[in-house]
Formats: sequence, structure tokens, C-alpha cells
Amino acid sequence: MARSKSAYSVPGKIGKIERHIIVVWVDNEAGVLARIAGLFSGRGYNIESLAVAEVDKKKHISRITIVTEGTPQVIEQINLQLKKLVPVHKVADFKRGEKDILFRELAMFKILGNTKKIEKVKKICKKFNPVILDKTKKSVVIQVTALRAEIDKLALDLKSLGLISTSRTGAVAMTKGSKIFS
Amino acid sequence: MPKLLSGAEIVFKSLEDQKVEYIFGYPGGAVLPIYDELKNHKSIKHILARHEQGAGHSAEGYARSSGKPGVLLVTSGPGATNAVTALTDAYMDSIPLVCISGQVPTHLIGTDAFQECDTTGITRPCTKHNWLVKDVNDLSKTLHLAFEVATTGRPGPVLVDIPKDIQFKKGKYKFFKNTLKKKLNGKSTHKISNSELDKFIDLIKKSTKPIFYTGGGVINSGPEASKYLRELVSLTGFPITSTLQGLGAYPGDDPQFLGMLGMHGTYEANNAMHDCDLMINIGARFDDRITGKVDEFSPGSKKIHVDIDPSSIGKNIKVDLAIISDVTELLKSLIKRFKEKNKNFLNSNKQKTSKWWEQIGKWREKKSLNFINSNKIIKPQHAVQRLYELTKNQDTFITTEVGQHQMWAAQHYKFNKPNRWMTSGGLGTMGYGLPAAIGVQIANPGKLVVDIAGEASVLMTMQEMSTAVQYRLPIKIFILNNEYMGMVRQWQELLHEKNYSESYTAALPDFVKLAESYGCVGIRAKTPGELDEKIKEMISIDRPVIFDCVVDKAENCFPMIPSGKPHNQMILGPEEEEEISDEGKILV
Repeated sequence: MARSKSAYSVPGKIGKIERHIIVVWVDNEAGVLARIAGLFSGRGYNIESLAVAEVDKKKHISRITIVTEGTPQVIEQINLQLKKLVPVHKVADFKRGEKDILFRELAMFKILGNTKKIEKVKKICKKFNPVILDKTKKSVVIQVTALRAEIDKLALDLKSLGLISTSRTGAVAMTKGSKIFS
Repeated sequence: MPKLLSGAEIVFKSLEDQKVEYIFGYPGGAVLPIYDELKNHKSIKHILARHEQGAGHSAEGYARSSGKPGVLLVTSGPGATNAVTALTDAYMDSIPLVCISGQVPTHLIGTDAFQECDTTGITRPCTKHNWLVKDVNDLSKTLHLAFEVATTGRPGPVLVDIPKDIQFKKGKYKFFKNTLKKKLNGKSTHKISNSELDKFIDLIKKSTKPIFYTGGGVINSGPEASKYLRELVSLTGFPITSTLQGLGAYPGDDPQFLGMLGMHGTYEANNAMHDCDLMINIGARFDDRITGKVDEFSPGSKKIHVDIDPSSIGKNIKVDLAIISDVTELLKSLIKRFKEKNKNFLNSNKQKTSKWWEQIGKWREKKSLNFINSNKIIKPQHAVQRLYELTKNQDTFITTEVGQHQMWAAQHYKFNKPNRWMTSGGLGTMGYGLPAAIGVQIANPGKLVVDIAGEASVLMTMQEMSTAVQYRLPIKIFILNNEYMGMVRQWQELLHEKNYSESYTAALPDFVKLAESYGCVGIRAKTPGELDEKIKEMISIDRPVIFDCVVDKAENCFPMIPSGKPHNQMILGPEEEEEISDEGKILV
């Protein structure tokens, strides 16, 4: 950028953008999701997907899984800023593509078509733990669990086979083996 | 079974247990039960502001000058929204505030009731945390937690929103202490390891061109921190510069002090920051007014950063050694360790840094704070200098508004003690200084409190003069009156071809008559010849004073770093203005 004589400095070099999955344990209280979402929007961070549910009924702890993108500096800030929030207990962060982490998204597809078409659909979905949740003569609702890119591709492939509605969750994540996030 | 108290009683019981002496506020429908209870609590005095923003800045001034949290009491809806500027200001400058707001009764929340607003929603991004209390039995715990959050770690504002029905309801009271299970913002309990200290000391020993760069964190850490800072600076013999918020932590008239750094900092401070080989940042946050263009910020230096807030580290500038700690704790252990191992450091080091001091001496010769004085018209810098000379022998507290006068105050008024300088740095809130002075005077009765003001800023919260008169607070409003929004005018002159778009105030009040109408004293000085006498008169009056100091309308604030430039390319004065190129106006 050109030289500036403004009251603000010009932007510096921008680092490489990485995709991270950030897991946050929070008190499940009123407004907690707004605090997290507000932190992201207020500081110009990005939420690609979000999954939230209470995981400890007794202590009222919710686990939030956020997929986000940013430079290493931004990712570090996201982690540190999240830790400052009062209802946040802990934060775990890992890079998309790390080997010892599992993650999954769930999707439901509603497909219109005859039995023949639906058989075809089942075949395409076979690799992704398909479950038929509802079936009529003219339609089927099928649930799959897979990675984000896989679901993207499935949705594309199913379009020609009568896909009329898609519903997807954000990603959830867990470590492999005996260790847990800390 | 313990006695049940009403919500309003619980509020006061909590304030009493938190040893609160003053609350700044403004009543309204949704806080009436709390105001009704006020009469039963003699140890707590309420200061009635004229606008909730004023109450908020007063609470800030009280907190900054006393080291105690400021308490603010406002009603729902407009009461809360008016407080938002003050809360944001406190958030940016790390000032502990507890704001209690009334809310419409719980059964009306969400119905767009009269004077309802989503207070916790609106204040979420400008508080460390906030709470809407829906059960009276949660109230005492919430209030005590609020004080704890506001005052621990990096201090800041919090808000507790209390619906009117909760203020009436009866519930249990309990005094909760240390309810925060986890440590917020890397609190002082972080154990500093010897290896961290040794790394720190090693960097100090290796350096030939060192500089201390200290900030508001030293002030927030308490008076002890300033004491240790002075000791460390004296032990090492290193030069020191300070941010706007850090002024007073180190004596402004000490030879090792290079003056303030940053956009309007001194030539020597900024050049030393640029050329140093070791930068020791203690309690400052690499703000954009300090760093300028980050890629060219002090390119050759190793950097140490001490901060209580982990998220401050690495946010703007990468550092070589980061220590998350309270400043007092760190300095105390550092000095101890340093003394154990380096008894003769100062002597051996003098030689090592002698060239550096020589270079600093050359920069100093530029006398970057100089200005061309006049015997016909009062130069604003001269006015601040005279104010300093005539008040330096007494313990004086200075607040400011925002703009040129603020920078001139920072450059020309020398502070020797912490907590004597209250200014809106992060948010840059015009209208901060007058109400802040009220809070400062409340916390420091009998002391001289001066708001160095601009006429445009001070009009934004001028109504608070009425508060000063009501409580007999002899604050001095020292207005450098140039009839312009001076800093806006300066930027327009330098960047926008002197198109002074809307920066001139064509119909200003007569400040002397205005003072009289408020029931305080008005003084006007028009010539340099009468300035000293008038300032002395102002100081001698034991009542609030508005001082209309008529100054040069065209004076600009130098030196300055034009943005996008590194620290070693400052403009020193008007003769160099031509050097500024024409680009980059979009970012102003």
C-alpha cells in the first residue's frame, strides 16, 4: 500500500490463513453464545460453523465447537480472547488436518423419487453411515455422518437424484486414543 | 434462618461490604427502590450527576486517582445507554467500574416496555462481563463477583442489570469472597520462574542500546509498581519513555526520562524506540498510536513484554520474551534477582551504553517540544507550561479532554507521581475531563484538580459544572480556547488542503458568564502578560472555576509522526510541513 499521512497506520503484511477447530467449554447460562459470537463478530473473526450442546447436565457445561479461519496471529488472539470470557472454562485449538483428531458433521437429505432412484441414493451414501429416518413411496429422508467436504460432494451428487432439502450441523471434534483435550 | 432483605437492601449491603464510599448516579423509574434505600446507608454518599455519561466519567476519575473501583448507578433504557460511552472508555483504558443499572420488571422484559432496552446486550462488548439478575437470591453473589471481575487481572468495567421487581423482592444476603474459580487474565498469582527472570536479566546485560517503554499497567498495578520501576531504571541506568497512560509512573523531570513516545511524542523517545536493540515494555500494549506502521516498528530490537493480560501479548507486535504478570510482582522479583547477581552492573554498564546516551543527547538537542512563543498572543503550549510552573509545588491532579490540548498537556506538564494524570487515551472521549475532575476531587479533597480542556470538548459535558457547584468541588476548568476543534483543524490543515469543514465553532458561549450562571467563578486571560496573575488567581479560589484562556487559533501540535511512517521520520514543526506527501487521506 502507498505511503499514508492519515491518523491511522497502513496495514502490514498479512500472514498465511489457516483453518482451525476451536473447542470451548462454557457455563451453559443465558447469553453465553452471544458472548462467544459477539467476540468473533466484534473483532472481525470468522465463524465457518458452530456446534453447541450441553455435555454435563449436572455442572451445566456446554461444549462449543467452532470452525474458523485466520492467520496464526489471529488464531492465537481468538484463543486468548476466548479464555478471558468469564463463563469460559477451557479452550482447545487444533489445526484442520491434524492426524490424531476426529471430526464429523451430520447431514439430513430429503430426496424425492421412485424406489429405483432411492436405491441409487443409498448406494452413493453407503460410505457415510447412512440411516433411513423416514420413507414413503415417493420420498426418503436419509442421514449421513461425514467430513465437511464429503457432505459437500454428496449434496452435489444427490442433486440429480431428486434432493430437495438439506439440513446440516456444524462440525464436532474429539481426540483419538485415550487422551482428551486439555 | 438469616434475615431476608429486599433486593435494594442487598445492593447497599454489598456496597458496604465492598467498602464503597461514593456512588455516582442519576435516578429514574427502574432504580427507584434502590434510591429509596439510599437514606438508610450513611456510609455511602451519592453524587448526583447531570447526565449518566458524566456520572460514568466521574466514577472513572475517582477510580483512576484513588486506585479503588468506581461505582455507577443508572436507570434502565436511556440511563443505561447514556452510560455506554463511559463504560467503553473504561474498558479501553482498563479502569475498574461497577455499573448498577435498573431494568424493567422481569415480566415485562422483551415486551418493549417503557424505558426498556437490552442493557446486557448493548453493554456486552464494552464490559469485562455483565449480568442480568433474575433471582433475588443470586443478587449478593453477583454483585460481589462483579467487584471481583472489575478489579482483578486487567481491570475494567462490569455491569449488573437489576429488574425493578428484584429490587423489591426479599432474599438472602451473603458476602462472597474470591468466587472466581479460575484466574482471569493471568492474574498476579502467576508464578514468575527464575528462568524467565534470568532471560530478562541476560537481555539487559547484553544490550548496548536499551530502552524502557512503560504504560498504564504500571499505574494500574498500584503505587508500589512506580516505586520499583524507579528503582529498576536507576539500577540499570537505561533511558525510559512512557505512553500517554503511563505518565507519572516515572518522574517527568528526571534526566533518564525521554518524555512521552508515540504520534505526538518527543523526537528522542521515538528515535530511541526505533533504533534500540532492547525494548522493555512494561504494562503497555503496543497501541497503534505508539507503533505506527507495525512492519517498520523498531526493526532491530529484541523485545520484552510484561503484561497482565495474555491477549495483549503478540496482538500487535511479536516479542522475544513475554511475561504474563502483574507489574509490581514482576519488578519486585526482577530487582531482587538482579541485585543478587549483578552488584556492579551500573558501573560496568555505563561504558556499554555511553554511545547510546550520546546519541540520545543529539536527538535531545533537537528540542522537539519547542515552539515559537509570542508576547502578543497566548500560545497554548506556553499556557500549559505556566500552569505547570505555578502548580508544580503542590500535589496537583490533572485531567484532560481530548485533542490538541490533551497532547500539549501530556508534553508540557511534568508528572512526578502516579494517579495524578487522568485522560481518555484508548477511546479518546471528548467531554471526559470535566466529569473526571469531579470524581478526582471527590477522591482527593483539598487537592488541586485541574481539567486542561479544549472549548469544544468541554461543552460536551459542561452540564456537570452544576454537579461541581452542588457538592462544592473546587475543580478548575482550564480551557485552551482556540474556537476550533483543534486536532480536527490540524489534520484538515495538513491533509485536506485547509478545508476546515465544520471544525470551527461559530457561536461559543461566553465562558465567564457561563461560569457565573452555574454559580462558579469565571476568569479570562487574553494576553501572555496577564496569564500568570490569572492562573494564580484561579488557584487561590476555593470554588469551581472556569478559566477561559484565549489562545492562538492556528497553533498545531508538534512533533508528530505522520501515520504510515516509522518512528524515525517525525515532523518537528511547521517549517517541515511541506514534506508531507499527498497520499493516504482515506484512513483519517
